[in-house]
Amino acid sequence: MEAVAALPANAGTRAPLASDAVRRAAEGLLIPLGALAVSMLLFGVFVLVLGKDPIAVYQLIWKGAFSTSFAWQNTLQRAAPLILTALCVAIPARAGLIVIGAEGALVLGGLAAAVSGHLLSGHAPLAVQLAMALAAMTTGAAWIALAGGLRHFRGVNETIGSLLLTYIAIALFNHFVEGPLRDPASLNKPSTMPIDEASMVGNLPGLDVHWGLVFGVVFCLACHVLVRHTVAGFALRVVGGNVRAARLAGLPVGALILGSCAVGGAAAGLAGMVEVAAVHGSANASLIAGYGYAGILVAFIARHNPLAIVPVAILVGGINASGSILQRRLDLPDATVLVLQGIAFMAILAAETLYGRARLFQPRGA
Amino acid sequence: MAHPQPPHSGALAIECLHMSKRFGAFTALDDVTLRVRAGAFHALLGENGAGKSTLVKCLVGYQRADDGQVTVDGRERDIRAPHDAHALGIGMVYQHFTLVPSMSVAENLVMSRDQVPAVVNWRREREALRAFMDTVPFALPLDAPVSTLAAGEKQKCEILKQLYLRRRFVVLDEPTSVLTPQEADEVLGMLRQMAERGEVSVLLITHKLREVMAFADRVTVLRRGRLAGEGEVISLDPAALAEMMVGSREVAQTARHARVAHADAPARLSVRGLTVADDTGLEAVSGVEFEVRAGEILGVAGVSGNGQRELVEALIGQRAVAGGEIRVNGEPYAATRAQMARHRVFSLPEEPLRNACVGALGVADNLALRNFDRAPLAFGPWLRRGALRAQARRLIAEFKVKTTGPEAPMATLSGGNVQRAVLARELSGEVSVLIVANPVFGLDLAAVAEIHTRIMAARNACAAVLLVSEDLDELLELCDRLLVMFEGRMVHHTTPAGADIAVIGGHMAGHAHAREAAA
Repeated sequence: MEAVAALPANAGTRAPLASDAVRRAAEGLLIPLGALAVSMLLFGVFVLVLGKDPIAVYQLIWKGAFSTSFAWQNTLQRAAPLILTALCVAIPARAGLIVIGAEGALVLGGLAAAVSGHLLSGHAPLAVQLAMALAAMTTGAAWIALAGGLRHFRGVNETIGSLLLTYIAIALFNHFVEGPLRDPASLNKPSTMPIDEASMVGNLPGLDVHWGLVFGVVFCLACHVLVRHTVAGFALRVVGGNVRAARLAGLPVGALILGSCAVGGAAAGLAGMVEVAAVHGSANASLIAGYGYAGILVAFIARHNPLAIVPVAILVGGINASGSILQRRLDLPDATVLVLQGIAFMAILAAETLYGRARLFQPRGA
Repeated sequence: MAHPQPPHSGALAIECLHMSKRFGAFTALDDVTLRVRAGAFHALLGENGAGKSTLVKCLVGYQRADDGQVTVDGRERDIRAPHDAHALGIGMVYQHFTLVPSMSVAENLVMSRDQVPAVVNWRREREALRAFMDTVPFALPLDAPVSTLAAGEKQKCEILKQLYLRRRFVVLDEPTSVLTPQEADEVLGMLRQMAERGEVSVLLITHKLREVMAFADRVTVLRRGRLAGEGEVISLDPAALAEMMVGSREVAQTARHARVAHADAPARLSVRGLTVADDTGLEAVSGVEFEVRAGEILGVAGVSGNGQRELVEALIGQRAVAGGEIRVNGEPYAATRAQMARHRVFSLPEEPLRNACVGALGVADNLALRNFDRAPLAFGPWLRRGALRAQARRLIAEFKVKTTGPEAPMATLSGGNVQRAVLARELSGEVSVLIVANPVFGLDLAAVAEIHTRIMAARNACAAVLLVSEDLDELLELCDRLLVMFEGRMVHHTTPAGADIAVIGGHMAGHAHAREAAA
């Protein structure tokens, strides 16, 4: 390479500006916060139209979500499945896919957990719990991987595919719960056979919050390590950033797409297992509670960052938890908080276009 | 704001006086004055980033200059938006076609107007178009879908569009990059005649000195946003122009590459009966066969769209192979990561930001794309970020990549620096097979010289290099052997030493091939 060394030295590298990293971090924090502020304003207008005082509504939401230890426990209880369903969006997003089928993976995972928990009744609780978790994660992984496979091998848009698969999942779930797998004793609310009381996932020591929260936080940490610190996570980000460059580098694009879908699906499946084994005791219609859809909101606010998912899930869980107090105190329908969530989601999506635009956050002198 | 239609027709004189434009702290254009006489064929010459496109964008209303003014036929005009420029009779032909392929020539012309009526009276339009076609120096079939036109005809259609819209000042942004030499000469020659007749003034943005010498009567040269020189072409020679463009830096000399001879070298890359389909499933590469030996550069010439892109994509792993086989070092090759690493296959694809980089990831991550899964960057399944950053700092310094830091997103780098980063990644180690496509497209002369030097160095270090390019001069300068690709087939084989440009041009345009087939 003698000729290379002889090239004119006409270009020097510029010293890295430490503040650039700060700017980028500030952008990632301030834009979602701004979008949330805008959505609170819009929701305030909605509440005004209903003839209520927005300030009172926000005070009640705060009260119902975070003011007392009871409120906190309620919030955390609801945050647990949201953390896991948000991962079902965030991990495939690293591979460049927008998968919104967490609800389907959750209900089928819950069904698989309920069935395996019932079949293994009488065995050691820990073994039963492990089997339930494995069954749920495998089912969820396979379900979302199906959406990824349709995308990779058949060119089916993964967003549409995963959404439609959710309808199929719910139909299958209803078919089994109301048909072949129905517990004859469940009269008003068709359910599967209950799992042993001893095999239920209990609460964290000293708290009225079940272990599902810990599962979710651990899953998030694991995903963070996977994405940031492993070779596979690096390859995943290359595929998500530019699939042409990934092919040029010889990366196994299909395996990475399917793998990321499987990891996300496993998280959503585990959410179903937690709902069955820690809350309901069997699989029934209570599982279809919209956690999969709220998880999409969580993942987008967190910008698909596994670590940011935990606080965002707690925020959204808190908003959900305050629904009943709004109903009791202000006579607002339970679904009012869903309106707030919907407005917030639209604001977050609209704010996505602001990244890289605001001059305040741009590196200087570039 | 609607300007009145200028009262008389014929070529416009335009002056851009003391134009300046800043983007943040960066000055793209610094007090530049450009005067184009009515009926002139004026060339605007400069390296990439010299400010040519900024100046022109200010003139046609896509950007607003911070300082300076534009006069049209001696009157000062405020051009705030493209339609202001259109109303004055100023138009622009872009490097890439702005025609709708599925629509006919007539439809493309009619819909290019600023105001198209909600209901088009096609009979009247057609009569008007036929009358218009009689007045222009070249005609195109009005009913032919644009997709069936050759590149030269499409470029003519773009120019027709400007005439149809009664543009009296036409800016051409590197219009010949997609044409064969013959087509380029024909199109530019026609515009030259129209300028001589006083029908239009032409401002030609170009890199190619040959076109300036052959067609322009005046030239303005920009360098780093400033006026570097201007004058009558007749009084200038190419060396003087090149020096204006690049300043006192050394200018690329065709004969400067030292070639190491490699006798009886083994075939590293061999392609047998390769067939590749394009995005629509049609056969783009049809049974291509060639061999690249160690220590040689095999060039593939051709006008874009004759299957070169699909060929390269198949070789570098971005496109499935429909038939035939690729072998590297005698073994079947499917462009997997393991094979790339074992056989040391590297590539410099065209449009590096689109094909070889992840724009949203940092420079350091992009530099690690080839070896992030191997020691020292990886330890088992773990990525070693420290080692990754250290490699980035070393390569950035060694290849002089201008960036705000190793973590800066790749998309924030300029085109030349993106290509330098890719060079650093692909060529810093031992290379056995190198696949290159249009490596200097849109880069300035200094970057071109650097990239050519590095490709030649890889060849001399015994790499087998396949160079697919639309730039014939580049191929003639670098290649040991040259193939010409036309409609998915290799139609001509020659060596640059004995090459006749006219013969190669004929094969590129398919003329010679058609004659041979008929004979």
